Amino acid sequence: MGAGHAHRLYRHGHSPVHALPPHTKLAATFAFVVVVVSTPREAMWAFGLYAVLLAVVAGAARVPAGFLLRRLLIEVPFVAFAVLMPFVAEGEQVDVLGMSLSVSGLWGAWNVLAKGTLGVAASVLLASTTELRELLLGLQRLRLPSLLVQIASFMIRYGDVITDEMRRMRIARESRGFEARGVRHWGVLAKSAGALFIRSYERGERVHLAMVSRGYAGSMPVIDEVTASRAQWSYALALPCTALVVCLLGWTL
Amino acid sequence: MDPVTASLEVSGLAFAYPDGHQALFGVDFSIARGERVALLGPNGAGKTTLVLHLNGILTGGTGTVTVAGLPVDRRNMAEIRRRVGIVFQDPDDQLFMPTVREDVAFGPAAAGLKGAELEERVDRALALVGMGEFKDRPPHHLSFGQRRRVAVATVLAMEPEILVLDEPSSNLDPASRRELADILRSLDVTVLMVTHDLPYALELCPRSLILSEGVIAADGPTAGLLSDEELMRAHRLELPFGFDPRSATMGA
Amino acid sequence: MHVPDGFIDAPTSAVTGVVAAGAIAVSLRGARRELDERTAPLAGLVAAFIFAVQMLNFPVAAGTSGHLLGGALAAILVGPYTGVLCVSVVLLMQGILFADGGLTALGVNITDMAIVTTVVAYALFRGLVKVLPRTRRSVTVASFVAALVSVPAAALAFTLLYWIGGTTDVSIGKVATAMVGVHLLIGIGEAAITALTVGAVIAVRPDLVYGARGLTQRLKLRVNGELVDAPQAEPAAAPAARSHRKVWITGLVTSLVLAGFVSFYASADPDGLEKVAADKGIDKKTEEHAAADSPLADYGVEDITDARLSGGLAGVIGVGVTVVAGSAVFWAVRRRHSDDTSPTNTNTTV
Repeated sequence: MGAGHAHRLYRHGHSPVHALPPHTKLAATFAFVVVVVSTPREAMWAFGLYAVLLAVVAGAARVPAGFLLRRLLIEVPFVAFAVLMPFVAEGEQVDVLGMSLSVSGLWGAWNVLAKGTLGVAASVLLASTTELRELLLGLQRLRLPSLLVQIASFMIRYGDVITDEMRRMRIARESRGFEARGVRHWGVLAKSAGALFIRSYERGERVHLAMVSRGYAGSMPVIDEVTASRAQWSYALALPCTALVVCLLGWTL
Repeated sequence: MDPVTASLEVSGLAFAYPDGHQALFGVDFSIARGERVALLGPNGAGKTTLVLHLNGILTGGTGTVTVAGLPVDRRNMAEIRRRVGIVFQDPDDQLFMPTVREDVAFGPAAAGLKGAELEERVDRALALVGMGEFKDRPPHHLSFGQRRRVAVATVLAMEPEILVLDEPSSNLDPASRRELADILRSLDVTVLMVTHDLPYALELCPRSLILSEGVIAADGPTAGLLSDEELMRAHRLELPFGFDPRSATMGA
Repeated sequence: MHVPDGFIDAPTSAVTGVVAAGAIAVSLRGARRELDERTAPLAGLVAAFIFAVQMLNFPVAAGTSGHLLGGALAAILVGPYTGVLCVSVVLLMQGILFADGGLTALGVNITDMAIVTTVVAYALFRGLVKVLPRTRRSVTVASFVAALVSVPAAALAFTLLYWIGGTTDVSIGKVATAMVGVHLLIGIGEAAITALTVGAVIAVRPDLVYGARGLTQRLKLRVNGELVDAPQAEPAAAPAARSHRKVWITGLVTSLVLAGFVSFYASADPDGLEKVAADKGIDKKTEEHAAADSPLADYGVEDITDARLSGGLAGVIGVGVTVVAGSAVFWAVRRRHSDDTSPTNTNTTV
């Protein structure tokens, strides 16, 4: 729901991946991440294969590598953590380039980095091939309780409203010569928060009234019944199933 | 429904907002089936508050609202919402779905309609406002006048007993204004039109109510009320420059 | 504080997943009483607000990131159950859309950031509101304190989860010091924003603040010149004895589950205990140093010499004591007030 526009993470396209029903994509992504996380960290080659699998999906979805890599930057705070790990962890130490590093720390870093990156990449692919509204419908169809779906849809609606109001208020502040620089200005920003909250609420409230007036009672009415065919399900689940084979090999080899 | 039952009956309605500000001080009126009535009043008279009571969005004050014999209370809420169609002032508040079709389908779908029946309802509502060919367009790509017509269609699709329009002519250019008037006149439904566009009220509604300071200050034929200069001044209502209600031709 | 995939081991992730699912199920039931059709979008706004607030990330010295949490704000504005749901939705959407926080770590993230913050904050808030005079200012003050405490409480819970199921071998003392230290600071920011927001909302739209529902006075209406009592609005009369009891029980159960976790792992995992013993000799010096000027020093459990165990226990005790003490205070006070709360009608329109 929200307005009809697509979110910034979404990349418009008509690939077979875009065309899959959203709930199959959600299920596939989730299953894939579960499989990746349960792979032993020693099986380094398995993670390589997972990356190849995701690259294949990205190819099928016609999501360019540059776009995907740029979106992966969200991970940076965790990478920083992973890089620190070999220095702060305890246990057996090895010397690399004159630095004393912890072996378990190195494994830990690799573990977080590999699994985290694959998880992020899978989510990025999902978000870039699925519209927000579809995602919500998908969650609804996966039997996520309707109250949660409702909160999520209002959240997305208000996300736009808040950004919009924030921009207006910033312009109003700046046109009066205020610029937020450093800790000293946090007070002003914090005070804006309350005003922002009320303004956003009252704008969104009117839309809600309009919805309630037309019989909205908590869940979005189903206008187009979208069901996933068996072929679509198997197409979507090909990813986690292949990953599962890799995972099992990782445990046995 | 027998024709003697009024479409809308409001009696003793009083309401205060939680911050203590009282907006309505005992409102009484009744609208018969098929009537077109204008609700006139200056800014802050409580018009919007009154409108929000008509389908039970605001409750908790005193007094009663009855729609076609059905009292507005929590038990009847779904049915009341279906019977009272409110077109809000800003069509951008009213249109929130990605396409015109989905927006018009929202109300009937919420009432449980689906498939071919739903599709037919959407087509009929869009045909009534002459927006059939815009079915698959996103609402925010339409002109303001078109959006207002779609907003009317979203409500008509629910086949309401009474259509409540909040400032229907605001921000419309003269052509869109006339088109909307033609549409409203062609509809076979009870209409309550909240406005301070007095010529528009005169053009469309034979009868008018004046809401001022939270009570109904006057109730009578529109032309008569608009010609009563004393009354008009007392309630901050002003006719546009050069407009004479006595010489204007009435549409009815 | 968003935990990525692979950061916490599978069993812990699974168990927290179950805890989170249980808490959400309880909240879904409870939220039906808190939300009426006019406040439903408020829950969405709160979620969006928290989403925005959580975007402000501060790097934490020895590792992960810290940010404002928003659980206290959610609990006070929309009620504890809906608050849990709001923060959970935020975490879910962050995981799906922005890949912030792993999908398999959702249970950990929800337990930590949605449940602990909301329950701790609301219990404390309720207790304070009952004790303080019945004014709007008290609500603001109570929000400040509740938010202030909720953030380090979540940091403690995180440390605890990390201690139970962390996949890397970073000493718990370091994690606790870094997390709690930084989150004490963040707590101040969180408290300021929460108090200002609640204060601003309560000044303009007191009807929107769940935590202040008890404060509204009966309206007098003037109808045709006569003053008439406004009928009690149905959903506003929600503060029922039952819902309070449920909050209290939820808080208790959460802290018990968390505590149960620890004892389970401590007893079922002798390797872990042996390791603790072995590590004790190796890094005693650093641990002592770290604990000395850490804000946790006051929380250290005296008879237990091992810093790791002590820190972990302090976590459980911290969360547990805050919840229990906060609830106990308001429980005691509520009993005195129980006469003014009218019985609720639980019929909701669907």
